[in-house]
Amino acid sequence: MSISLYIRRKTFPLFEVNVLGASDQQLLEISRELGVGLNLQEMNRVQEFFRRKGRNPTDVELQTIGQTWSEHCFHKTFKGVIKFDGEEIDSLFRTYIAKATNDLKPRWCFSIFEDNAGIIRFDKSYGVAVKVETHNHPSAVEPFGGAATGVGGVIRDVLGVWADPIACMDVLGFGPLNFDYEKLPPGVKHPKYVYMGVVAGIGSYGNNMGIPTVNGAIYFDESYVGNVVVYCGCVGLLPLKKFRRNAKPEDIIVLAGGRTGCDGIHGVTFASAVLTEKSEEVSRPAVQIANPIEEEKLKRAIIRIRDLELASAITDLGGGGLSSAVGETAKRFGCGAVVELDKVPLKYPGLAPWEIYVSESQERMLLAVPPENLQKVLEVFRSEDVEANAIGKYISDEVLKVYYQGEKVAEIEIPFLFEPPKVVRTAEYKSKVFEEPTFEEPKNLTDTLLQLLASPNIASKESVVRTYDHEVKGNTLLKPLQGESAGPNDAAVLKPLDDSWKGLAISCGMNPNYGKIDTYWMAASAIDEAIRNNVAVGGRRIALLDNFTWGSPEKPEVLSSLVRACKACYDFATAFKTPFISGKDSLYNESPLGTVTPTLLITALGIIPDVRLVVSMDVKEVGDLIYVVGRTYNELGGSEYYRLKGFVGNTVPKVRAKEALKIFKAITRAIDLGLVKACHDLSEGGLGVAAAEMAFAGGYGMELYLQKVPVENLNRNDFVLFSESNSRFLVEVSEKAKEEFEALLRGLAYSEIGKIAKTPSLCVYGLSGDVVVDASLNDLLACWKRTFSSEV
Amino acid sequence: MKREEIKVSVLRVGGTNCDAETKRAFEELGVQAEILHANELVRRGNLLEYHVLVFPGGFSYGDYVRAGAIWAKWIMAKLGEELKAFVNENRFTLGICNGFQVLVEAGFLPGFDGVSPYPEAVLATNFPPGYNCRWIHLKHENRGKCAFTWKIPHGKVLRLPVAHSEGRFMFAKEKEKEFLKRLCDNDQLVFRYCDRNGEYAEGRFPTNPNGSFYDIAGICNPEGNIFGLMPHPERAFYWWQQPDWTRQKQMLQYGDGKLIFESIIEYLVEKF
Repeated sequence: MSISLYIRRKTFPLFEVNVLGASDQQLLEISRELGVGLNLQEMNRVQEFFRRKGRNPTDVELQTIGQTWSEHCFHKTFKGVIKFDGEEIDSLFRTYIAKATNDLKPRWCFSIFEDNAGIIRFDKSYGVAVKVETHNHPSAVEPFGGAATGVGGVIRDVLGVWADPIACMDVLGFGPLNFDYEKLPPGVKHPKYVYMGVVAGIGSYGNNMGIPTVNGAIYFDESYVGNVVVYCGCVGLLPLKKFRRNAKPEDIIVLAGGRTGCDGIHGVTFASAVLTEKSEEVSRPAVQIANPIEEEKLKRAIIRIRDLELASAITDLGGGGLSSAVGETAKRFGCGAVVELDKVPLKYPGLAPWEIYVSESQERMLLAVPPENLQKVLEVFRSEDVEANAIGKYISDEVLKVYYQGEKVAEIEIPFLFEPPKVVRTAEYKSKVFEEPTFEEPKNLTDTLLQLLASPNIASKESVVRTYDHEVKGNTLLKPLQGESAGPNDAAVLKPLDDSWKGLAISCGMNPNYGKIDTYWMAASAIDEAIRNNVAVGGRRIALLDNFTWGSPEKPEVLSSLVRACKACYDFATAFKTPFISGKDSLYNESPLGTVTPTLLITALGIIPDVRLVVSMDVKEVGDLIYVVGRTYNELGGSEYYRLKGFVGNTVPKVRAKEALKIFKAITRAIDLGLVKACHDLSEGGLGVAAAEMAFAGGYGMELYLQKVPVENLNRNDFVLFSESNSRFLVEVSEKAKEEFEALLRGLAYSEIGKIAKTPSLCVYGLSGDVVVDASLNDLLACWKRTFSSEV
Repeated sequence: MKREEIKVSVLRVGGTNCDAETKRAFEELGVQAEILHANELVRRGNLLEYHVLVFPGGFSYGDYVRAGAIWAKWIMAKLGEELKAFVNENRFTLGICNGFQVLVEAGFLPGFDGVSPYPEAVLATNFPPGYNCRWIHLKHENRGKCAFTWKIPHGKVLRLPVAHSEGRFMFAKEKEKEFLKRLCDNDQLVFRYCDRNGEYAEGRFPTNPNGSFYDIAGICNPEGNIFGLMPHPERAFYWWQQPDWTRQKQMLQYGDGKLIFESIIEYLVEKF
């Protein structure tokens, strides 16, 4: 450190930082040396603020500002101004994501975009809280710890709105597991190592906490070699009348849970930066250490405090630690706060005040408690063997005051803390053109189908799913794996209440490969996929969550792809009448290998009025009819089939929302009338893969005729069989339900394309009537299972 | 004894997580069930007010050493005498998954000569290694000694889920033969892993999901009032918890797990 910029103030490690006298260059030096991640514009704002105060800031103050203004905590890009295509977008979040919800104004939304998790109504008395987090950066540096604390963090988000966590879901993205070691740049861990660590970390946290992991996906892409993608989601249940959010001045700030240590210092600034060769060495301490049992105890205590109505507000300690939890709570209730850092229990002595204030040590929650309830609250924590301490109180002046050993170490006005300079960025769109492949149609598609089933994005992930407890709590009614062959169900269904048949369907959609061509249609496809997965099991009244993993928004081209994805989010959320209720972005996913492929995860949460009507994807009975619902187009750009052939292509699948909505409604109606015996969505690998999965999951063969498939502009067997057009389903219907089912679909693209056969094989007749696929169920299943049979 | 007079205590400590569904299963059958933190049981000192004590599944104290070992030592230190009195009074103890591990670590199971001061068996790391969550089949081996399965016909095949990473039941190699003989002679063998037709797994994965010696999934003590098993009957209680209910033409009312809860309740109703 350059001496002139820092003045040691106390007998304990507290520094005054000479911001007032610093040049622009020195301001940047300070930002870099303290690791606060502020740019010049922001440092100038800080300088101006302290000039008005007539004093230099302490390191505690600078760190607090740095944490609060980080991309991770403040979402500068989503809230900033973007110049794009001649227009100025003031906040992507307000213009697209929140606007979709505001335009739809669903009455069943209880609390949206307000806290760490969105809450929707489940029934008259209960609400469902849900949140999906990204934990990419920590998982890249320390796969096990990064993934485990990702799960721990999202569970606390749900606890942070007084909800009892009832299920987890995890969507992961890795580089190819056979990636060449020679090509691995220094500081980047091999995908296989990352894969094993992340999967173990997720399993360990969810299993240990006794929360079933019920839904997820694993996706492979070259760009994930340097930027692993880890989405951790959690769903919780709460009695709405126990929801408390009314903290006021004089309420006590109670910190409960694990002790505070040096782990997770600067997690948020790290998460808002580009990964480099030095990330391991510089950022290892930014990854927290997980202790799920601590959180399990904490959960029990918090649910009791909720039920006894003893606290007035709650939030979790995540990114930014105390600094952001205290500041955000104070801001939310229009008050200020006084915090005494020496009351924070430490794992070991020797932490500087600023470290205590920004540490992201895990398993901690912050409660606001009216003084008269303090003893009762502490008693509940004690009875669960959880440490809890009053560390300060909220005050009526909107100012944050932090003390350590009797000395004031920070004093900042709350409004200033939440008014960082608006970021203005420029986006520039360049449409991508890939080579449109021309290759001859293979005569026999059996081998192609077998290869597709074995391709990493389609192959069975059973070896991973079985390491997650998906049954604990005993409420998982539709499991992630279906039948003896462990076929992939489209969504998980929970029956959360003992005295009700109402169910909750959880599904997801993600199509990074389409985003290589156009992020607009990628986002549209992800929304369609998440919804149709939900509809396939019987879900409706669907709410969506958006999770963005993108590269650096400072690159105009990357930013334009983000804008286009957000536009699609608005367009299709409104078209499908499915509001966004929560979301999260992770930007700056850049590594020495380049920018991450834009990856939008859409999570869908649907309601099922009566779970006894839920439909699984396995075929049930020989002789039943197989229908395809929805039209198949010449849209193989970004498909798994093209990937197999070594192409990306340009014809990205579109979403025709008007038609799609009618199809979704008809399927829902057919399920409600009990006409659907099995239903499976068509996604990666198209009709061919979906049919194979349904067949081997049910243990019966199928006979299908491609001539009957409703198509547009398609005359090749391989394209009909493997096109990934959206909004399509394969449905099993019994002969006697045929008429009623067809009546529901009148006017839509649908066709009876074959039957369930006694012979245990999938037999597909091509457009000219000859056999193009003839494969035994055993072979299909073996190929599908082989790829990951022994990876974990 | 009347059904509604029966009192069940489902114990928990930090890391226990299958308590609610276990309590639910008992309550569904009309008995009183209560979830009790072990601290609270120590404070109240009222163990003998209960007829059935359950150690449910979970990761007690994080299972940071061998699964179940910490809770076992804790419970013997704080409640050892009361527990022995409870057992000697012929009250009933059930250990599910982590609870089974606790009972083995605490010396209650197999308990050839009463409570053993050291574990006589172990639930070791699975082979193949790793956590495994799946539905398996069990064959009922008991000839009537075990109060938790006496209503289940001998030889009946049940289907329940397992979810654990340390469930491989083992004896010390040099005592394997002798102990197995004692288990059989005493009628302590309760469940063995088998396929859907009742053929024993003979150690084959995944029919035997953890590599257990002699395909052992559950055992009781020589008196038949302490029973532990790795699979989770509370997750196979209702029809809709079964993995293939969407294939069933005729909805069954319940899953096979119910048989275990029902057995102990009927035992109490009929014999006390």
